[in-house]
Amino acid sequence: MDILALVNMLPGVAAQGLIWSVMAIGVYITYKILDVADLTVDGTMCTGGAVFIMLSMAKCNLWVALACAFLAGMLAGLVTGLLHTACGIPAILAGILTQLALYSVNLRIMGQSNRPISVDKYPLLVSARYVREPSITNPILVCLVFVLVTIGVLYWFFGTEQGCALRATGANRNMARAQGINTNFTTVLGLMLSNGLVALSAALLAQYQGFADVNSGRGAIVIGLAAVIIGEVLFSKVFHNFALKLLAVVFGSLIYYLVYQVVIWLGLKSDDMKLITALIVALFLALPYWKNRWFARKAKRGIGSHA
Amino acid sequence: MLELKNIYKTFNAGTVNEKKALNGLSLSLKEGDFVTVIGGNGAGKSTMMNVISGAYLVDEGSISIGGVDVTRLPEHKRAQYIGRVFQDPMMGTAATMQIEENLALALRRGSRRGLKPGITKAEREQYKELLKILDLGLEERLTSKVGLLSGGQRQALTLLMATLKQPKLLLLDEHTAALDPKTAAKVLNATEQIIQRDHLTTLMITHNMRDAIAHGNRLIMLYDGRVVVDVEGEEKRRLTVEQLLAKFNQVSGSSEADDKLLLS
Repeated sequence: MDILALVNMLPGVAAQGLIWSVMAIGVYITYKILDVADLTVDGTMCTGGAVFIMLSMAKCNLWVALACAFLAGMLAGLVTGLLHTACGIPAILAGILTQLALYSVNLRIMGQSNRPISVDKYPLLVSARYVREPSITNPILVCLVFVLVTIGVLYWFFGTEQGCALRATGANRNMARAQGINTNFTTVLGLMLSNGLVALSAALLAQYQGFADVNSGRGAIVIGLAAVIIGEVLFSKVFHNFALKLLAVVFGSLIYYLVYQVVIWLGLKSDDMKLITALIVALFLALPYWKNRWFARKAKRGIGSHA
Repeated sequence: MLELKNIYKTFNAGTVNEKKALNGLSLSLKEGDFVTVIGGNGAGKSTMMNVISGAYLVDEGSISIGGVDVTRLPEHKRAQYIGRVFQDPMMGTAATMQIEENLALALRRGSRRGLKPGITKAEREQYKELLKILDLGLEERLTSKVGLLSGGQRQALTLLMATLKQPKLLLLDEHTAALDPKTAAKVLNATEQIIQRDHLTTLMITHNMRDAIAHGNRLIMLYDGRVVVDVEGEEKRRLTVEQLLAKFNQVSGSSEADDKLLLS
């Protein structure tokens, strides 16, 4: 095995990891802050790229196209949110419904299942082509700025009255309502914000890869969860500040892509990665449960300390 | 201040589990009334609290607070009039948020939440002063996560949050029942202090007949979703546990003394 080949992959790992981390931060908002598992993201992860590419091809301004991708994601979140709050559908099912519907919507947006976009013909923000170039257009640098700005804006937002209301909703819905917080509104808001970020990430990914594909979002939620969980397991002891917790998600995403490349470098196919990702996430979700049970058994025997 | 008129509330209507929780309940509170509520299990005490707070909507009847009809108002909109402390210490606070963040949420009850900072420096000083009243040392732990506090500390904090923005009505749903006797007495003492200080109109459910007699200016007993005993003023002051128990047995039609009511 050629270690140089792996080193050669590292810039790509960094760029992809950073792009997906924006998506993982979106997952963090629903899964950790709002305490809702939102499966819409598998659909939104395509929608963002589709909207961006179609608008770019129509000679739309790059930033306007990015903004529209973000808005399209928010719209998807709004649909899931309304299915959940206004129609009383369990959140997980509401997400699945929107995700399914988005498959058709994404095909409608793109007109075909795959849309390529060339960096030669269109002014793209990031492209895999420049990932090894030491220039201002290097996608690693651009994505890093994107990630840091995202963290900064979210850090500000979750410190505002409305942001605190959103956090309270996830922490304790009963208490939130007793303090006059419209939990339906904050839930919808959180879902919109999350899916907006996912779509933004998708728009970056479509540029980086040079195409949008109707299947590119498949399993995105699990990758997002993997990033969130890896970040939490590795950094929760050292990172307490909210901005640092988001940074932990970014590290989680980078580590995920590093593992991804190592696995491929070891000779596995990228098709196997979904299985491996699912195993990793299942394992990390099970660990705290096993740990609790183990301690509970110990306490029963009178070995553990009194609670 | 509070006006409940002919309230009906049935759960699982039309099924074998049908339960008529409130059966034509009517109750009127004057401003500054401190009413203790007793009654056996299933008498409708908690349901009454939940229909007042808007956690449940009523099937029939009307509710008004301070002259405002709130019968159809959702829970979060009624919150501007109501402070609540629940039986479960976990229910009234957000465990993953700091003490000061919890208080800041309570301070904004009833006002529009925008993009202003969620907590300000001036508030922090105010919280420190208020936490001192509780005498639990929480004033030094403003940035501690509430999940680290004991049940009694959380309940005391919830009490502070419920009364931070002076409510038109304070609802206490057996808020000391889950605490050990010493902590319960401390929380009850703080409750009494705050109610006296702010002249709050209060409804307090309790399982403890001694507490029900010792606190407040009026006592009501619920049975089968209705008010069956209502004493106040001088009559309430002279009330003894034995008399109350006799009244309870009289309305419930059974002669067995409910130990739980007496002892808990």
